[in-house]
Amino acid sequence: MHRDQMSEITVLPGTNRNGKREGFDQIIIRPGDTLSIVGPTGSGKSAFINDIEVLAQADTVTGRRILVNGVPPSDEMARDPSKKPIALITQSTRVIADLDVSRFLELHIEARKQTHIKDLIENTIALANEFTGEQITRAMSMTALSGGQTRALLIADAILIGRTPILLLDEVENAGIFKERVISCIKECRKTVIFVTHDPYLALSTDRRIVMSNGAVVKVLEPRERERATIARVSEIDDLLWDLRERIRSGDLIGEEDAIDEEIGVPA
Amino acid sequence: MKLAIIAGPASVGKTAVVRQIIREFRESSNPAYVKIDVVRAFEDEELREEFGIPTRKVYSGDLCPDHAGIMVLQDAISWAQNVGSGLLIIESAGLCLRCTPYTTQSFGIAVLSAVSGSNSPLKMAPMIAQADMAVVTKTDLVSQAEKEVFREYIKEVAPSIDIIETNATQGTGMRYLMKALAAYPDLSDAAQIVLRGSPPLGVCTICVGKKEIGWQHHFGVIRPLEEADNIYRGD
Ligand SMILES: Nc1nc2c(ncn2[C@@H]2O[C@H](COP(=O)(O)OP(=O)(O)OP(=O)(O)O)[C@@H](O)[C@H]2O)c(=O)[nH]1
Ligand SMILES: Nc1ncnc2c1ncn2[C@@H]1O[C@H](COP(=O)(O)OP(=O)(O)OP(=O)(O)O)[C@@H](O)[C@H]1O
Ligand SMILES: [Mg+2]
Ligand SMILES: [Mg+2]
Ligand SMILES: [Zn+2]
Repeated sequence: MHRDQMSEITVLPGTNRNGKREGFDQIIIRPGDTLSIVGPTGSGKSAFINDIEVLAQADTVTGRRILVNGVPPSDEMARDPSKKPIALITQSTRVIADLDVSRFLELHIEARKQTHIKDLIENTIALANEFTGEQITRAMSMTALSGGQTRALLIADAILIGRTPILLLDEVENAGIFKERVISCIKECRKTVIFVTHDPYLALSTDRRIVMSNGAVVKVLEPRERERATIARVSEIDDLLWDLRERIRSGDLIGEEDAIDEEIGVPA
Repeated sequence: MKLAIIAGPASVGKTAVVRQIIREFRESSNPAYVKIDVVRAFEDEELREEFGIPTRKVYSGDLCPDHAGIMVLQDAISWAQNVGSGLLIIESAGLCLRCTPYTTQSFGIAVLSAVSGSNSPLKMAPMIAQADMAVVTKTDLVSQAEKEVFREYIKEVAPSIDIIETNATQGTGMRYLMKALAAYPDLSDAAQIVLRGSPPLGVCTICVGKKEIGWQHHFGVIRPLEEADNIYRGD
Protein backbone atom coordinates (compact mmCIF):
# COMPACT_ATOMS: atom_id res chain seq x y z
CA MET A 1 0.00 0.00 0.00
CA HIS A 2 1.27 3.46 -0.82
CA ARG A 3 1.61 5.78 2.13
CA ASP A 4 -0.68 8.40 0.59
CA GLN A 5 -3.67 6.10 0.75
CA MET A 6 -3.46 4.99 4.32
CA SER A 7 -3.70 7.07 7.31
CA GLU A 8 -6.20 6.29 9.97
CA ILE A 9 -4.28 6.34 13.19
CA THR A 10 -5.51 4.80 16.43
CA VAL A 11 -3.88 5.67 19.73
CA LEU A 12 -4.35 3.06 22.46
CA PRO A 13 -3.96 4.18 26.07
CA GLY A 14 -0.78 3.95 28.12
CA THR A 15 -0.13 5.01 31.67
CA ASN A 16 0.51 8.32 33.40
CA ARG A 17 3.64 9.09 35.40
CA ASN A 18 2.33 7.13 38.37
CA GLY A 19 1.60 4.07 36.28
CA LYS A 20 -2.16 4.64 36.22
CA ARG A 21 -3.98 3.84 32.97
CA GLU A 22 -5.14 6.79 30.86
CA GLY A 23 -8.81 7.61 30.81
CA PHE A 24 -9.74 6.83 27.22
CA ASP A 25 -10.34 3.66 25.25
CA GLN A 26 -8.91 4.80 21.97
CA ILE A 27 -8.38 8.00 20.02
CA ILE A 28 -8.97 7.62 16.31
CA ILE A 29 -7.45 10.18 13.97
CA ARG A 30 -9.03 10.09 10.52
CA PRO A 31 -7.69 11.61 7.30
CA GLY A 32 -8.15 15.38 7.28
CA ASP A 33 -8.76 15.68 11.05
CA THR A 34 -7.15 18.52 12.95
CA LEU A 35 -6.26 18.13 16.62
CA SER A 36 -4.50 20.21 19.18
CA ILE A 37 -2.71 18.98 22.26
CA VAL A 38 -2.71 21.30 25.25
CA GLY A 39 -1.56 21.08 28.84
CA PRO A 40 0.97 22.52 31.25
CA THR A 41 4.65 22.33 30.49
CA GLY A 42 5.97 18.85 31.20
CA SER A 43 2.53 17.26 30.95
CA GLY A 44 3.56 14.88 28.17
CA LYS A 45 2.45 16.68 24.99
CA SER A 46 5.65 16.05 23.09
CA ALA A 47 5.73 12.47 24.33
CA PHE A 48 2.24 11.95 22.87
CA ILE A 49 3.16 12.97 19.33
CA ASN A 50 6.53 11.26 19.53
CA ASP A 51 4.64 8.04 20.26
CA ILE A 52 2.78 8.54 16.99
CA GLU A 53 5.94 9.30 15.03
CA VAL A 54 7.80 6.19 16.17
CA LEU A 55 4.60 4.12 15.87
CA ALA A 56 5.11 3.04 19.46
CA GLN A 57 4.24 -0.50 20.53
CA ALA A 58 4.39 -0.14 24.30
CA ASP A 59 8.10 0.58 23.92
CA THR A 60 8.22 4.21 25.05
CA VAL A 61 7.88 5.65 28.59
CA THR A 62 4.15 6.12 28.12
CA GLY A 63 3.36 2.52 27.18
CA ARG A 64 0.98 3.64 24.41
CA ARG A 65 0.38 1.62 21.27
CA ILE A 66 -0.33 3.00 17.81
CA LEU A 67 -2.37 1.26 15.12
CA VAL A 68 -2.49 2.24 11.47
CA ASN A 69 -5.80 1.52 9.77
CA GLY A 70 -6.80 -0.55 12.77
CA VAL A 71 -3.82 -2.89 12.86
CA PRO A 72 -0.28 -2.76 14.23
CA PRO A 73 1.98 -1.14 11.62
CA SER A 74 4.26 -3.36 9.56
CA ASP A 75 7.96 -3.30 10.40
CA GLU A 76 8.55 -1.78 7.01
CA MET A 77 6.27 1.16 7.64
CA ALA A 78 7.82 1.88 10.98
CA ARG A 79 11.38 1.66 9.73
CA ASP A 80 11.57 2.89 6.15
CA PRO A 81 11.11 6.67 6.00
CA SER A 82 9.78 6.46 2.46
CA LYS A 83 6.93 4.26 3.74
CA LYS A 84 6.12 6.24 6.84
CA PRO A 85 2.89 8.27 6.60
CA ILE A 86 4.00 10.73 9.26
CA ALA A 87 6.17 13.82 9.37
CA LEU A 88 7.08 15.35 12.72
CA ILE A 89 8.49 18.78 13.45
CA THR A 90 10.07 18.33 16.84
CA GLN A 91 10.10 20.98 19.50
CA SER A 92 13.84 21.27 19.39
CA THR A 93 14.96 21.83 15.82
CA ARG A 94 18.65 22.12 16.43
CA VAL A 95 20.50 20.54 13.55
CA ILE A 96 23.87 18.88 14.04
CA ALA A 97 24.56 17.76 10.48
CA ASP A 98 27.52 19.51 8.96
CA LEU A 99 25.83 20.11 5.63
CA ASP A 100 24.65 23.00 3.56
CA VAL A 101 20.94 23.50 3.03
CA SER A 102 20.75 22.03 -0.46
CA ARG A 103 22.75 18.89 0.40
CA PHE A 104 20.67 18.31 3.52
CA LEU A 105 17.45 18.55 1.50
CA GLU A 106 18.90 16.38 -1.24
CA LEU A 107 19.71 13.58 1.20
CA HIS A 108 16.28 13.84 2.74
CA ILE A 109 14.71 13.64 -0.71
CA GLU A 110 16.67 10.43 -1.26
CA ALA A 111 15.54 9.04 2.09
CA ARG A 112 11.92 9.81 1.23
CA LYS A 113 12.43 8.49 -2.32
CA GLN A 114 11.02 11.55 -4.08
CA THR A 115 11.97 12.60 -7.59
CA HIS A 116 12.73 15.93 -9.36
CA ILE A 117 15.43 16.65 -6.85
CA LYS A 118 16.54 20.06 -8.18
CA ASP A 119 13.06 21.57 -8.39
CA LEU A 120 12.09 20.12 -5.07
CA ILE A 121 15.08 21.72 -3.35
CA GLU A 122 14.28 25.11 -4.90
CA ASN A 123 10.60 24.87 -4.01
CA THR A 124 11.31 23.82 -0.46
CA ILE A 125 13.63 26.75 0.14
CA ALA A 126 11.14 29.12 -1.49
CA LEU A 127 8.32 27.84 0.74
CA ALA A 128 10.52 28.10 3.83
CA ASN A 129 11.19 31.71 2.90
CA GLU A 130 7.46 32.38 2.96
CA PHE A 131 7.50 31.27 6.60
CA THR A 132 10.46 33.31 7.79
CA GLY A 133 11.51 36.93 7.58
CA GLU A 134 15.19 36.23 7.13
CA GLN A 135 15.93 34.62 3.78
CA ILE A 136 17.46 31.14 3.61
CA THR A 137 19.73 30.35 0.67
CA ARG A 138 20.86 26.97 -0.60
CA ALA A 139 24.52 27.45 0.25
CA MET A 140 23.95 28.30 3.91
CA SER A 141 25.19 25.81 6.43
CA MET A 142 22.40 24.04 8.32
CA THR A 143 24.14 24.64 11.62
CA ALA A 144 24.32 28.40 10.96
CA LEU A 145 20.56 28.83 10.47
CA SER A 146 18.69 30.53 13.28
CA GLY A 147 16.06 28.65 15.28
CA GLY A 148 13.25 30.24 13.28
CA GLN A 149 14.94 29.63 9.94
CA THR A 150 15.58 25.98 10.79
CA ARG A 151 12.00 25.49 11.86
CA ALA A 152 10.69 27.19 8.72
CA LEU A 153 12.88 24.97 6.57
CA LEU A 154 11.89 21.78 8.38
CA ILE A 155 8.19 22.62 8.04
CA ALA A 156 8.62 23.26 4.32
CA ASP A 157 10.60 20.02 4.14
CA ALA A 158 7.80 18.10 5.88
CA ILE A 159 5.16 19.52 3.55
CA LEU A 160 7.00 19.14 0.24
CA ILE A 161 9.62 16.43 0.75
CA GLY A 162 7.98 14.31 3.44
CA ARG A 163 4.68 14.79 1.59
CA THR A 164 3.02 12.66 4.21
CA PRO A 165 -0.71 12.65 4.88
CA ILE A 166 -0.09 13.22 8.59
CA LEU A 167 1.80 16.16 10.01
CA LEU A 168 2.73 16.56 13.67
CA LEU A 169 3.87 20.01 14.79
CA ASP A 170 5.40 20.65 18.19
CA GLU A 171 4.94 24.30 19.15
CA VAL A 172 5.20 25.94 15.71
CA GLU A 173 4.35 29.27 17.24
CA ASN A 174 7.54 29.48 19.25
CA ALA A 175 10.11 30.46 16.70
CA GLY A 176 8.90 33.78 15.35
CA ILE A 177 7.84 32.27 12.04
CA PHE A 178 4.72 33.36 10.14
CA LYS A 179 2.33 30.95 11.78
CA GLU A 180 -0.70 32.11 9.73
CA ARG A 181 1.11 31.30 6.52
CA VAL A 182 2.08 27.87 7.84
CA ILE A 183 -1.49 27.09 8.84
CA SER A 184 -3.03 28.23 5.58
CA CYS A 185 -0.45 26.21 3.69
CA ILE A 186 -1.25 23.10 5.73
CA LYS A 187 -4.99 23.63 5.19
CA GLU A 188 -4.48 23.93 1.43
CA CYS A 189 -2.77 20.54 1.46
CA ARG A 190 -5.68 18.96 3.40
CA LYS A 191 -3.41 17.14 5.72
CA THR A 192 -4.23 15.44 8.96
CA VAL A 193 -2.52 17.63 11.47
CA ILE A 194 -1.81 17.62 15.17
CA PHE A 195 -0.56 20.79 16.82
CA VAL A 196 1.08 20.72 20.20
CA THR A 197 0.49 24.26 21.28
CA HIS A 198 0.25 26.89 23.98
CA ASP A 199 -1.35 29.32 21.50
CA PRO A 200 -5.07 29.94 22.19
CA TYR A 201 -5.95 30.64 18.57
CA LEU A 202 -4.27 27.50 17.27
CA ALA A 203 -5.79 25.40 20.05
CA LEU A 204 -9.30 26.71 19.36
CA SER A 205 -9.06 26.37 15.61
CA THR A 206 -8.80 22.56 15.54
CA ASP A 207 -11.67 20.04 15.44
CA ARG A 208 -10.60 18.28 18.60
CA ARG A 209 -8.52 19.22 21.62
CA ILE A 210 -6.62 16.74 23.72
CA VAL A 211 -5.86 17.88 27.26
CA MET A 212 -2.84 16.39 29.01
CA SER A 213 -1.75 16.24 32.61
CA ASN A 214 0.90 14.27 34.47
CA GLY A 215 1.92 12.34 31.35
CA ALA A 216 -1.59 11.25 30.42
CA VAL A 217 -4.52 12.32 28.30
CA VAL A 218 -7.18 13.55 30.72
CA LYS A 219 -9.78 14.95 28.29
CA VAL A 220 -10.65 14.82 24.63
CA LEU A 221 -12.82 17.82 23.77
CA GLU A 222 -14.89 18.22 20.64
CA PRO A 223 -16.23 21.77 20.88
CA ARG A 224 -17.98 21.88 17.47
CA GLU A 225 -20.11 25.06 17.35
CA ARG A 226 -19.79 26.00 20.98
CA GLU A 227 -16.56 27.89 20.60
CA ARG A 228 -17.30 29.55 17.30
CA ALA A 229 -17.97 33.03 18.69
CA THR A 230 -14.87 32.91 20.83
CA ILE A 231 -12.74 31.82 17.90
CA ALA A 232 -13.81 34.86 15.90
CA ARG A 233 -12.84 37.16 18.73
CA VAL A 234 -9.58 35.44 19.46
CA SER A 235 -8.77 35.65 15.78
CA GLU A 236 -9.20 39.42 15.86
CA ILE A 237 -7.05 39.77 18.94
CA ASP A 238 -4.51 37.53 17.33
CA ASP A 239 -4.43 39.63 14.16
CA LEU A 240 -3.94 42.74 16.19
CA LEU A 241 -1.13 41.21 18.21
CA TRP A 242 0.43 39.92 15.04
CA ASP A 243 0.36 43.34 13.47
CA LEU A 244 1.77 44.88 16.61
CA ARG A 245 4.52 42.29 16.82
CA GLU A 246 5.54 42.91 13.24
CA ARG A 247 5.68 46.65 13.79
CA ILE A 248 7.69 46.28 16.98
CA ARG A 249 10.04 43.87 15.23
CA SER A 250 10.60 46.30 12.41
CA GLY A 251 11.40 49.14 14.79
CA ASP A 252 8.21 51.23 14.91
CA LEU A 253 7.24 53.36 17.86
CA ILE A 254 3.73 52.40 18.94
CA GLY A 255 1.49 55.46 19.54
CA GLU A 256 -1.81 56.29 21.23
CA GLU A 257 -3.86 55.54 18.15
CA ASP A 258 -3.02 51.89 18.71
CA ALA A 259 -4.96 51.66 21.97
CA ILE A 260 -6.02 48.07 21.65
CA ASP A 261 -8.96 47.99 24.03
CA GLU A 262 -11.08 50.36 21.92
CA GLU A 263 -10.26 48.82 18.61
CA ILE A 264 -11.49 45.34 19.39
CA GLY A 265 -13.57 45.93 22.44
CA VAL A 266 -11.75 43.74 24.89
CA PRO A 267 -13.33 44.30 28.32
CA ALA A 268 -10.89 46.41 30.31
CA MET B 1 24.40 -20.23 23.72
CA LYS B 2 24.14 -17.14 21.50
CA LEU B 3 26.94 -14.65 21.09
CA ALA B 4 26.31 -10.93 20.51
CA ILE B 5 29.18 -8.55 19.80
CA ILE B 6 28.55 -4.84 20.23
CA ALA B 7 30.91 -2.29 18.74
CA GLY B 8 30.90 1.48 18.34
CA PRO B 9 32.83 4.61 19.27
CA ALA B 10 33.10 5.85 22.85
CA SER B 11 29.92 7.09 24.54
CA VAL B 12 27.55 6.40 21.65
CA GLY B 13 25.24 4.35 23.85
CA LYS B 14 26.54 0.78 23.61
CA THR B 15 25.81 0.05 27.24
CA ALA B 16 22.38 1.64 26.93
CA VAL B 17 21.66 -0.83 24.11
CA VAL B 18 23.07 -3.69 26.21
CA ARG B 19 20.74 -2.78 29.09
CA GLN B 20 17.75 -3.10 26.78
CA ILE B 21 18.98 -6.47 25.51
CA ILE B 22 19.48 -7.73 29.05
CA ARG B 23 15.98 -6.56 30.03
CA GLU B 24 14.52 -8.47 27.10
CA PHE B 25 16.49 -11.71 27.55
CA ARG B 26 16.85 -11.78 31.32
CA GLU B 27 14.02 -14.25 31.86
CA SER B 28 14.73 -16.55 28.93
CA SER B 29 18.49 -16.63 28.49
CA ASN B 30 20.46 -15.73 31.62
CA PRO B 31 22.66 -13.18 29.80
CA ALA B 32 26.35 -12.87 30.64
CA TYR B 33 28.32 -9.73 29.85
CA VAL B 34 31.96 -8.91 29.12
CA LYS B 35 33.26 -5.35 28.69
CA ILE B 36 36.59 -4.73 27.05
CA ASP B 37 38.26 -1.41 27.69
CA VAL B 38 41.68 0.18 27.89
CA VAL B 39 42.17 1.58 31.38
CA ARG B 40 38.87 1.95 33.17
CA ALA B 41 35.39 0.48 32.80
CA PHE B 42 32.50 0.40 35.22
CA GLU B 43 29.80 -1.36 33.25
CA ASP B 44 30.50 -4.81 34.68
CA GLU B 45 29.81 -3.67 38.23
CA GLU B 46 26.85 -1.54 37.24
CA LEU B 47 25.15 -4.27 35.24
CA ARG B 48 25.85 -6.94 37.84
CA GLU B 49 24.28 -4.78 40.50
CA GLU B 50 21.35 -3.72 38.34
CA PHE B 51 20.39 -7.11 36.90
CA GLY B 52 22.21 -9.69 39.04
CA ILE B 53 23.80 -11.27 35.99
CA PRO B 54 27.34 -12.64 35.61
CA THR B 55 29.66 -9.95 34.23
CA ARG B 56 33.38 -9.45 33.66
CA LYS B 57 35.75 -6.86 32.33
CA VAL B 58 39.04 -7.06 30.52
CA TYR B 59 41.57 -4.25 30.46
CA SER B 60 43.64 -4.28 27.31
CA GLY B 61 46.39 -2.04 28.65
CA ASP B 62 49.11 -1.87 26.02
CA LEU B 63 47.30 -3.98 23.47
CA CYS B 64 44.77 -2.63 20.93
CA PRO B 65 41.51 -3.25 22.82
CA ASP B 66 39.90 -4.91 19.85
CA HIS B 67 42.86 -7.24 19.50
CA ALA B 68 42.62 -7.96 23.23
CA GLY B 69 38.95 -8.77 22.82
CA ILE B 70 39.74 -11.28 20.12
CA MET B 71 42.47 -12.84 22.25
CA VAL B 72 40.17 -13.45 25.21
CA LEU B 73 37.02 -14.39 23.29
CA GLN B 74 37.51 -18.16 23.42
CA ASP B 75 38.04 -18.02 27.20
CA ALA B 76 35.04 -15.73 27.59
CA ILE B 77 32.83 -18.20 25.76
CA SER B 78 33.94 -21.03 28.06
CA TRP B 79 33.34 -18.84 31.10
CA ALA B 80 29.83 -17.90 29.94
CA GLN B 81 28.99 -21.54 29.21
CA ASN B 82 30.26 -22.52 32.65
CA VAL B 83 28.02 -20.01 34.38
CA GLY B 84 25.07 -21.43 32.43
CA SER B 85 24.43 -18.44 30.22
CA GLY B 86 22.32 -18.65 27.07
CA LEU B 87 23.49 -15.30 25.71
CA LEU B 88 26.98 -13.85 25.93
CA ILE B 89 27.15 -10.11 25.24
CA ILE B 90 30.54 -8.59 24.44
CA GLU B 91 30.89 -4.79 24.51
CA SER B 92 33.96 -3.47 22.73
CA ALA B 93 35.97 -0.44 23.82
CA GLY B 94 35.20 1.29 20.57
CA LEU B 95 38.45 3.16 20.14
CA CYS B 96 39.82 1.93 16.85
CA LEU B 97 37.34 2.51 14.05
CA ARG B 98 39.23 0.20 11.75
CA CYS B 99 39.22 -2.99 13.81
CA THR B 100 35.95 -4.82 13.64
CA PRO B 101 35.50 -7.28 16.46
CA TYR B 102 32.70 -9.29 14.79
CA THR B 103 33.16 -13.00 14.29
CA THR B 104 31.41 -15.83 12.56
CA GLN B 105 28.62 -17.49 14.61
CA SER B 106 27.88 -14.20 16.39
CA PHE B 107 25.35 -11.42 15.97
CA GLY B 108 27.28 -8.19 15.27
CA ILE B 109 25.78 -4.86 16.28
CA ALA B 110 27.33 -1.51 15.31
CA VAL B 111 26.15 1.33 17.52
CA LEU B 112 26.21 4.91 16.22
CA SER B 113 24.86 8.10 17.70
CA ALA B 114 22.61 10.45 15.76
CA VAL B 115 24.37 13.41 17.34
CA SER B 116 27.91 12.57 16.33
CA GLY B 117 27.95 14.34 12.96
CA SER B 118 26.93 13.23 9.51
CA ASN B 119 30.37 11.97 8.57
CA SER B 120 30.66 9.54 11.44
CA PRO B 121 29.16 6.62 9.48
CA LEU B 122 31.76 7.21 6.78
CA LYS B 123 34.56 7.24 9.33
CA MET B 124 33.51 3.96 10.87
CA ALA B 125 32.73 2.25 7.58
CA PRO B 126 34.29 -1.18 8.30
CA MET B 127 32.63 -1.36 11.69
CA ILE B 128 29.23 -0.84 10.07
CA ALA B 129 29.71 -2.80 6.89
CA GLN B 130 30.59 -6.04 8.67
CA ALA B 131 27.83 -5.84 11.27
CA ASP B 132 24.44 -7.55 11.07
CA MET B 133 22.64 -4.49 12.29
CA ALA B 134 23.32 -0.79 12.83
CA VAL B 135 21.66 0.80 15.84
CA VAL B 136 21.38 4.60 15.78
CA THR B 137 20.97 5.95 19.31
CA LYS B 138 19.98 9.39 20.62
CA THR B 139 17.42 9.93 17.86
CA ASP B 140 15.35 11.67 20.54
CA LEU B 141 17.80 14.56 20.32
CA VAL B 142 17.49 15.35 16.61
CA SER B 143 14.71 16.30 14.21
CA GLN B 144 12.97 13.65 12.16
CA ALA B 145 14.50 15.00 8.94
CA GLU B 146 18.00 14.82 10.37
CA LYS B 147 17.43 11.28 11.59
CA GLU B 148 16.44 10.30 8.07
CA VAL B 149 19.43 12.08 6.54
CA PHE B 150 21.76 10.25 8.94
CA ARG B 151 20.22 7.03 7.75
CA GLU B 152 21.19 7.86 4.16
CA TYR B 153 24.83 8.19 5.21
CA ILE B 154 24.76 4.75 6.77
CA LYS B 155 23.28 3.32 3.60
CA GLU B 156 26.08 4.89 1.63
CA VAL B 157 28.53 2.81 3.66
CA ALA B 158 26.43 -0.34 3.85
CA PRO B 159 23.50 -0.23 1.41
CA SER B 160 21.70 -3.29 2.69
CA ILE B 161 22.34 -3.14 6.42
CA ASP B 162 19.41 -3.36 8.79
CA ILE B 163 19.08 0.01 10.56
CA ILE B 164 17.36 0.61 13.88
CA GLU B 165 16.70 4.06 15.28
CA THR B 166 16.22 4.32 18.98
CA ASN B 167 16.16 6.30 22.14
CA ALA B 168 18.31 3.68 23.80
CA THR B 169 17.60 4.89 27.31
CA GLN B 170 13.91 4.12 26.73
CA GLY B 171 14.28 1.23 24.31
CA THR B 172 12.09 2.80 21.61
CA GLY B 173 12.17 0.86 18.34
CA MET B 174 14.39 -1.84 19.82
CA ARG B 175 11.81 -4.55 19.19
CA TYR B 176 13.34 -5.21 15.76
CA LEU B 177 16.73 -5.87 17.27
CA MET B 178 15.23 -8.23 19.84
CA LYS B 179 13.41 -10.14 17.12
CA ALA B 180 16.54 -10.50 15.01
CA LEU B 181 18.68 -11.54 17.97
CA ALA B 182 16.10 -14.09 19.15
CA ALA B 183 16.01 -15.59 15.66
CA TYR B 184 19.80 -15.74 15.37
CA PRO B 185 21.22 -19.27 15.72
CA ASP B 186 23.18 -20.39 18.77
CA LEU B 187 26.88 -20.73 18.23
CA SER B 188 27.49 -24.22 16.98
CA ASP B 189 31.20 -24.88 17.36
CA ALA B 190 33.24 -22.39 19.35
CA ALA B 191 36.50 -23.86 18.11
CA GLN B 192 35.62 -22.86 14.55
CA ILE B 193 34.87 -19.17 15.24
CA VAL B 194 36.95 -16.73 13.20
CA LEU B 195 36.98 -12.99 12.60
CA ARG B 196 34.71 -11.76 9.83
CA GLY B 197 37.11 -9.19 8.43
CA SER B 198 40.85 -8.81 8.26
CA PRO B 199 42.11 -6.60 11.04
CA PRO B 200 44.54 -3.79 10.15
CA LEU B 201 48.18 -4.69 9.94
CA GLY B 202 50.00 -3.97 13.14
CA VAL B 203 53.47 -5.17 12.42
CA CYS B 204 55.95 -2.35 12.44
CA THR B 205 58.74 -1.34 14.78
CA ILE B 206 56.43 1.02 16.66
CA CYS B 207 54.59 -2.12 17.80
CA VAL B 208 57.78 -3.31 19.47
CA GLY B 209 58.43 -0.11 21.34
CA LYS B 210 60.56 2.18 19.11
CA LYS B 211 59.43 5.77 19.66
CA GLU B 212 61.06 7.77 16.84
CA ILE B 213 58.69 9.57 14.52
CA GLY B 214 58.94 9.22 10.73
CA TRP B 215 58.92 6.11 8.58
CA GLN B 216 62.65 6.38 7.93
CA HIS B 217 63.28 5.06 11.43
CA HIS B 218 61.06 2.03 11.14
CA PHE B 219 60.62 -1.16 9.19
CA GLY B 220 57.88 -3.69 8.65
CA VAL B 221 54.72 -2.09 7.33
CA ILE B 222 55.60 1.57 6.88
CA ARG B 223 53.93 4.58 5.33
CA PRO B 224 55.21 7.91 3.98
CA LEU B 225 52.89 10.94 3.73
CA GLU B 226 52.69 10.77 -0.05
CA GLU B 227 51.23 7.71 -1.78
CA ALA B 228 49.77 6.86 1.58
CA ASP B 229 46.81 5.11 0.05
CA ASN B 230 48.48 2.12 -1.51
CA ILE B 231 50.00 0.55 1.55
CA TYR B 232 46.85 -1.09 2.66
CA ARG B 233 43.18 -0.51 2.38
CA GLY B 234 40.62 -1.99 4.76
CA ASP B 235 37.74 -4.11 3.60
N1 LIG C 1 19.11 11.08 25.09
C1 LIG C 1 19.72 9.90 24.92
N2 LIG C 1 20.81 9.60 25.64
C2 LIG C 1 21.40 8.41 25.45
C3 LIG C 1 20.94 7.48 24.49
N3 LIG C 1 21.75 6.39 24.51
C4 LIG C 1 22.69 6.63 25.44
N4 LIG C 1 22.49 7.84 26.02
C5 LIG C 1 23.33 8.48 27.04
O1 LIG C 1 24.64 8.63 26.52
C6 LIG C 1 25.63 8.40 27.52
C7 LIG C 1 26.62 7.33 27.10
O2 LIG C 1 25.93 6.10 26.97
P1 LIG C 1 26.63 4.67 27.22
O3 LIG C 1 25.61 3.62 26.97
O4 LIG C 1 27.33 4.65 28.51
O5 LIG C 1 27.70 4.70 26.04
P2 LIG C 1 28.80 3.59 25.69
O6 LIG C 1 28.89 3.52 24.22
O7 LIG C 1 28.52 2.32 26.41
O8 LIG C 1 30.11 4.28 26.27
P3 LIG C 1 31.57 3.61 26.53
O9 LIG C 1 31.35 2.18 26.83
O10 LIG C 1 32.10 4.40 27.68
O11 LIG C 1 32.32 3.86 25.26
C8 LIG C 1 24.84 8.04 28.78
O12 LIG C 1 24.72 9.20 29.56
C9 LIG C 1 23.49 7.58 28.26
O13 LIG C 1 22.46 7.79 29.19
C10 LIG C 1 19.76 7.84 23.73
O14 LIG C 1 19.29 7.10 22.85
N5 LIG C 1 19.21 9.06 23.98
N1 LIG D 1 3.10 8.84 30.52
C1 LIG D 1 4.35 9.14 30.91
N2 LIG D 1 4.99 8.37 31.82
C2 LIG D 1 6.26 8.67 32.21
N3 LIG D 1 6.96 9.73 31.75
C3 LIG D 1 6.38 10.54 30.86
C4 LIG D 1 5.04 10.30 30.40
N4 LIG D 1 4.71 11.26 29.50
C5 LIG D 1 5.79 12.07 29.42
N5 LIG D 1 6.78 11.64 30.23
C6 LIG D 1 8.11 12.26 30.39
O1 LIG D 1 7.93 13.54 30.96
C7 LIG D 1 8.83 14.49 30.44
C8 LIG D 1 8.10 15.73 29.92
O2 LIG D 1 7.22 15.34 28.86
P1 LIG D 1 7.08 16.17 27.52
O3 LIG D 1 8.40 16.63 27.03
O4 LIG D 1 6.25 15.37 26.59
O5 LIG D 1 6.26 17.43 28.05
P2 LIG D 1 5.56 18.62 27.23
O6 LIG D 1 4.14 18.62 27.62
O7 LIG D 1 5.88 18.50 25.79
O8 LIG D 1 6.28 19.90 27.87
P3 LIG D 1 6.64 21.34 27.18
O9 LIG D 1 5.36 22.11 27.10
O10 LIG D 1 7.60 21.91 28.17
O11 LIG D 1 7.26 21.04 25.86
C9 LIG D 1 9.62 13.76 29.37
O12 LIG D 1 10.87 13.37 29.88
C10 LIG D 1 8.77 12.55 29.04
O13 LIG D 1 9.56 11.45 28.59
MG1 LIG E 1 7.09 19.58 24.53
MG1 LIG F 1 29.72 1.27 27.75
ZN1 LIG G 1 42.81 -1.50 16.14
